[in-house]
Amino acid sequence: MPRPSIRDPSLSAGARAGQAAVRVKNFTRRFGDNAVLDGLNLQIEQGEFVALLGRSGSGKTTLLRTLAGLDPAGDQDVSVPAARAVVFQEPRLLPWKRVWHNVALGLQGNDARRRAEAALAEVGLAHRSDVWPGTLSGGEAQRAALARALVREPRLLLLDEPFASLDALTRLRMHDLVLNLWGTHAPAVLIVTHDVDEAISLADRVLVLEGGRIAAEEHIDLRRPRDVGASFQSIRRRLLGHLGVEQGGAPPPPRTAQDSPLVTFPVREITP
Amino acid sequence: MTLVDTIRFPTTFTGVRWSRVGRRWISPLLLLALWEIGARTGVIPTRVLAAPSAVAATFWGMAASGELTTNLLVSGARVAAGLLIGVLVGSLLALTAGLSKVGEDAVDPPIQMLRTLPVLALSPLFIVWFGIDETPKVALIALAVTFPIYLNLFNGIRAVDPKLVEAARSFGLRGWSLIRQVILPGALPSFLLGLRFALAVAVLVLVVAEQINAQAGLGYLINNARDFMRTDIIVVCLVIYALLGLGADGLVRAIESRTLAWRPTFLKT
Repeated sequence: MPRPSIRDPSLSAGARAGQAAVRVKNFTRRFGDNAVLDGLNLQIEQGEFVALLGRSGSGKTTLLRTLAGLDPAGDQDVSVPAARAVVFQEPRLLPWKRVWHNVALGLQGNDARRRAEAALAEVGLAHRSDVWPGTLSGGEAQRAALARALVREPRLLLLDEPFASLDALTRLRMHDLVLNLWGTHAPAVLIVTHDVDEAISLADRVLVLEGGRIAAEEHIDLRRPRDVGASFQSIRRRLLGHLGVEQGGAPPPPRTAQDSPLVTFPVREITP
Repeated sequence: MTLVDTIRFPTTFTGVRWSRVGRRWISPLLLLALWEIGARTGVIPTRVLAAPSAVAATFWGMAASGELTTNLLVSGARVAAGLLIGVLVGSLLALTAGLSKVGEDAVDPPIQMLRTLPVLALSPLFIVWFGIDETPKVALIALAVTFPIYLNLFNGIRAVDPKLVEAARSFGLRGWSLIRQVILPGALPSFLLGLRFALAVAVLVLVVAEQINAQAGLGYLINNARDFMRTDIIVVCLVIYALLGLGADGLVRAIESRTLAWRPTFLKT
């Protein structure tokens, strides 16, 4: 099945018209004296699939939470679509509501159950619609969480390390599922992850968050499904370089604070 | 805490061999037999403790005459009224304190101070205030019930996983629907634990409250029996109190298995 990418003209029409799904300008977020995000600029086009990499504590989750509206943006310049939905690292299903009811949470109208069950069918969980979340496996629970996000027809889907706690095989299946759903519904997607391979196999564009801003970005022009080939490897090496992990050579020399940004390859700074 | 001791935790015999269960009945039955023999041979005089057979005969007699049912209903009505009021008041206070910081600051300090009072010590004051009718009895039970309900429900509301609340908020739940769909169901297990404590303490307070010049009820029966040294009637009433406690516990367990069907402990069975 052909999957749309940002290069697909039908989808990038919005992008060419300059209708970004997400636009963040010069965004700063402090916790005490510590600026986690510091003058960050970010733009995500309609229907674009973006992965956000970064070391732990780099502010990935803070950025996602800001876009989700879970953390206040204050009066700073953050524009996001009203229709957006989050899939968290943990499924966060209410254990006292049956699976379909969890998916239908907060939906208005008489057809909430029908819509919820349709979304569950899309993620392959139609047969588990009427059970308690406590009986679901980790992968099933995360698929239910995905259905709960999709049933809202989001224009922006935010995924916060959604597959981090799944086993490797389940994670691969989830990757296929997410790409399929993205192909069908075409929301803009921002996935926060610390898994470089995951980022490369899913996204149109991979961003590296470092020092409170986007320090590097890679466009992934490989056809999906993406096998680990030579170009995959070289992208991987570059991204790991951005993240401060050197591969297949002498261990990197100890860095000092003055060495920033951590760039070993031409990097485009995003300018608004 | 003494309340904890009076709570019976659920035990099931599933998976235990019946021979084992049978074996556990031997010593109680043996004690019962010794008691009977002791009473019949005069080792245990009737004014100290009536024989089990005499207790059983008295029980049937009282049950047949309707004396037992009438008084049991009177006592039951006192517990029910006290529980109803106590659970309502305790829940309202817990909701007020649990759902807002202002509410907590207003409600929690006085409750925490009052709950250190042994409720039974208030009975003289309650008699002065409410006389010797039903009111002081029901009021004592209601007051005693309020504290375990308040403490557990308040704690339960505050212990609801903030991640679930956050997720529900992100899916558009606000205000009352957030409380009804997320916070209250999340606090329900704690509330039911509080209800268990409440039922136990209600029966406990009932026993004492009924000694206040009662004209009917189990306490009245016991007081009368004491005056006539009828140990058989006293034992019958003690057994009824025990059955009340057992029944109350069964009630909460029934509520739990209905309302907490989603919990992993229930899912396994």
